[in-house]
Amino acid sequence: MRNALSAIVAAAAVAIGSAAPTPATAQQELRIGLLTTLSGPGSGLGTDIRDGFRLGLEHLGGRLGGVPTVVIEADDARKPDVAVQKTDEMISRDGIFLMTGQVWSNLTLAMMPTLARNRVFFISPNAGPSALAGKQCNPWFFNTAWQNDNNHEATGAFVQKQGYKSVYLLAPNYPAGHDAIAGFKRYYEGEIKGEVYTPLGQLDYAAEIANLRAAAPEAVFFFYPGGMGISFIKQYAQAGLIEEIPLFGPAFSFSQDILRAVGEAAVGAYNGAQWSPDLDNELNKKFVAAFRETYGRLPSLYAAQGYDTALVIDAAVRNAGADWSDKATFRKALESVVLETTRGAFRFNVNHFPIQDFYVRRVVKLDDGTITNRVVEKIFEDHADAYVGECRMR
Amino acid sequence: MDLLLLLQQTLNGLQLGVMLFLMAAGLTLIFGIMDLINLAHGSFYMLGAYLTAWTMGLVDAFLPAIALALLITAAVGFLVEVTALRRLYGRDHLYQVLATFGLILFFNEGLKLLFGPQPIFLQPPAWLSGQVPLFGAPYPVIRLAIIAVGLASALLLWWLIGHTRLGMLIRAGADDREMVQALGVDIARLFGLIFALGAALAALAGAMAGPVLAVRIGMGEDILILAFVVIVIGGIGSIRGAFLGALLVGLVDTYGRAMLPDLLAMFLERTVADAAGASIASMAIYILMALVLAFRPRGLLPARS
Repeated sequence: MRNALSAIVAAAAVAIGSAAPTPATAQQELRIGLLTTLSGPGSGLGTDIRDGFRLGLEHLGGRLGGVPTVVIEADDARKPDVAVQKTDEMISRDGIFLMTGQVWSNLTLAMMPTLARNRVFFISPNAGPSALAGKQCNPWFFNTAWQNDNNHEATGAFVQKQGYKSVYLLAPNYPAGHDAIAGFKRYYEGEIKGEVYTPLGQLDYAAEIANLRAAAPEAVFFFYPGGMGISFIKQYAQAGLIEEIPLFGPAFSFSQDILRAVGEAAVGAYNGAQWSPDLDNELNKKFVAAFRETYGRLPSLYAAQGYDTALVIDAAVRNAGADWSDKATFRKALESVVLETTRGAFRFNVNHFPIQDFYVRRVVKLDDGTITNRVVEKIFEDHADAYVGECRMR
Repeated sequence: MDLLLLLQQTLNGLQLGVMLFLMAAGLTLIFGIMDLINLAHGSFYMLGAYLTAWTMGLVDAFLPAIALALLITAAVGFLVEVTALRRLYGRDHLYQVLATFGLILFFNEGLKLLFGPQPIFLQPPAWLSGQVPLFGAPYPVIRLAIIAVGLASALLLWWLIGHTRLGMLIRAGADDREMVQALGVDIARLFGLIFALGAALAALAGAMAGPVLAVRIGMGEDILILAFVVIVIGGIGSIRGAFLGALLVGLVDTYGRAMLPDLLAMFLERTVADAAGASIASMAIYILMALVLAFRPRGLLPARS
């Protein structure tokens, strides 16, 4: 009994000892916090980001920039208060050097003050709210995916080019939802027959679909990521509207996690994206094949973003050299990353958001029955976001 | 808004209400009669949807698939009651909240292990996939089926509780548990049965809603909050109250979302009205709940009056 007890105490002491960061170990290993949504609504997105990042780290031999890397994973359950609490924990208990993983814009905005105050880098693999790209751009914040508006801009430009004279717009009522509609309208010049914001996590869209039918637009643009998108597409198809009024959306509304759950209802829909599983470059082919083999499913754009984030951090640590743990050095190294990723050429703008190409994808059914996206055309080349002019990086 | 659209939205509201009733009926039974706060009710709803998707793959027919899913969920519910919840009846509600919250995590992680983290595919069968013209627009058949199943369950429960021996015992157990026990009724078995019935009702809600909504990990939590609002408005423990509460919540929520932005646009600028309308619409059912509680603190149709 006494032996067992002392063994437990010793084990606990070891556990506490290894968890407490000391300056010496901070130099030797790169500690990354990966805080994302792993349970409840939206966990499909967080899981894909996490799995993509894990795969990237594995392909780099568990070392980013040659430095042994420790990833501390945690679940935010898509709740801002939980996200802030876990952020505190990861900073004070785990001593993280940088934070990544976040899916949602509202959680990102909630976490930002804590991270900036504690001088911890925040490299968002997804959420890119307009506030952080423009007036409130932050030296501690980087985004490796896109500014929120971008994929909607790509879709807006495509719908405009196709000559649809009127559209009906739907999005959830949260920062990224408003960014989505703003992005679409920046490149679409036709008539807006309706602009509807629904609560985040809404289940039933019958009321909105009835109003939409009555408004009789030529096309519908909707931004519903995750479960909301699945519900909306199913219900839109069940209402018999899919043959009458075509659906358009950003890649988030037709990402692989959604396509798996809605089946043929989405086939034929066009969506704007920075990445596609069929983008023709060696790195992407390797990523898609390895992801499929490791996890037994096709990757979504979220997974590709997680993978690319690992590549970007790797390049930054390599750029920085032996002195990488000096924060000013690391920031400079990160800012100057120029890299081939799964989506092709990648670099940061002065507001720490990407400059990259955007594509239009079409949902197709392959011969083996898989429903997935295929690139139709490149719609923007070296596209930057619309807020960079407002950013004065301090 | 013209009359036909108003009728369509009324139908949408009623349909949402009936779907909520399926969920709320089991919750109010368990909460009102067993005095057990069951946060894991949403997990049985999720289980119903997942199992239906799975059994559809096995038997390839919608009705047998649902029946199978219901049976399995009822058995799981019974098992959960016997193994975990039985020892919590005498305790404070906080213990029940903790235990059933633990069950939510257990079921979420368990289904994630079995079915993977990504949402799964569940569509209505071909004979429920079309539309019928109703109030000047095509209306999805699957939604009519949800209304029919919901109304049928309401009738069945009314008969079961009001006109059978089991129902009599349930009502008696709700009023005075110890007296029923003193009269020689095996209250433990009775509660096990009620819990299994509640789980089966939640699974039925999941099986019917699954083809319309996203079938994913955590799908029960969203609808659980609405179901609690419904039973608080209707009066805890009352099936009739749950029915009335569900229809009210369905209608208020649907009318709010469908009309508030247009109404506000009469006084406000369009962009402001769209955003404000959406915000107020999402609060509408909670305002309704506050109003009901202010004037009828025990709900509209309390079980024991």
